[in-house]
Amino acid sequence: MNRGSRNFIESLTIENLNMPTEQQTLDEIMDLAAQHFKVSRDKLQPDEDFFKTLDIDSLQALDLLTRLENHFHVEMPDYELQGVTDFRTLANRIQSRL
Amino acid sequence: MNSFQGEALSWELSAGVIELALHRERCNEIGSLTLGELERFASALDAMTRQAHALIIHSTLPSGFCAGADLRELFQRSQEMEKAHAVAGVRDFLERIHRVLNTIDAAPLTTIAAVHGVTFGGGFELALVCDLIIADKMARFCFPELRLGLIPGFGGIPRLKRDLGNGVVRDLLLTGRSFNATRAHAVGLISQVVGEGEALRAARATAAQLAKFDRKTAIAAKKFIKPIPHHELKQEIDLFCQLFVEPAVEAGLRKFVESTDLQPYLP
Repeated sequence: MNRGSRNFIESLTIENLNMPTEQQTLDEIMDLAAQHFKVSRDKLQPDEDFFKTLDIDSLQALDLLTRLENHFHVEMPDYELQGVTDFRTLANRIQSRL
Repeated sequence: MNSFQGEALSWELSAGVIELALHRERCNEIGSLTLGELERFASALDAMTRQAHALIIHSTLPSGFCAGADLRELFQRSQEMEKAHAVAGVRDFLERIHRVLNTIDAAPLTTIAAVHGVTFGGGFELALVCDLIIADKMARFCFPELRLGLIPGFGGIPRLKRDLGNGVVRDLLLTGRSFNATRAHAVGLISQVVGEGEALRAARATAAQLAKFDRKTAIAAKKFIKPIPHHELKQEIDLFCQLFVEPAVEAGLRKFVESTDLQPYLP
């Protein structure tokens, strides 16, 4: 068995098969944010400032963080989100904890 | 006084359960107004304990249980006076709130904090005086004081140390990060995690269960298992006042009060 086929087989673990892609994570985050903050899903764009598009303050941002942790079953220290204002970067940070 | 309706909080004694509700916008920040009403509550508590077996502390605000000390008031008042007077004022405030919290901590009835949302700083410390913490899954706990150049001043460190392993205390204190109810449950900080909006209902069910037990036994059990760390609490006040005169505190408070940052809670 060559190295390439072994790596492919090793990647077929249950964890990896169940792992969402970053695009799926991004879509789930935007779905959840749109639903909770009652904003049309069509208005949300991956690279836009979600504080502005969702019209949320710091306490609501904390609420969003807790909802994302509960939804994805991850723990996200809030200092890792310092300066994060767009959905794509947020998805990237969450993906790194899945 | 079995019931009270204040600006920052209200309480009512009914069927053996005292419910203390916090309701000062924006998120129950504890300043002189709240402290004054908490002192009224502490004064009334002794008489109420003769008719009550449980106390539930909760917030009626959607934003959370309590965001901690009123930093805007602290900053404004400290700017209005000389440093020495400001420190004396801070010490007086801390000693007053410690008296209130020690009274609740030692009260001869079972105390339950029913928390949701933001439970930060002094709000976290208020929850920690209770015998049980019941949190809904949206609750979030944090000691952000180090970002102000301070330490928690309402008895948080000794009480957290009383309840948890030192590693968890260090994580919360030294990183200033927040964590959610699931993690708080995993480390043994809270006794129950319930669905969103269900903490008060679960606290009432727990209070109803407590009514079945002999009062004298329940009081003796609490006194045995939950000693108040008086010496460390006094040390905490001294250290807080010592740090309060450092330039980092004024800079930290100013940054918080004047910040337009949408994530000011982040250390």
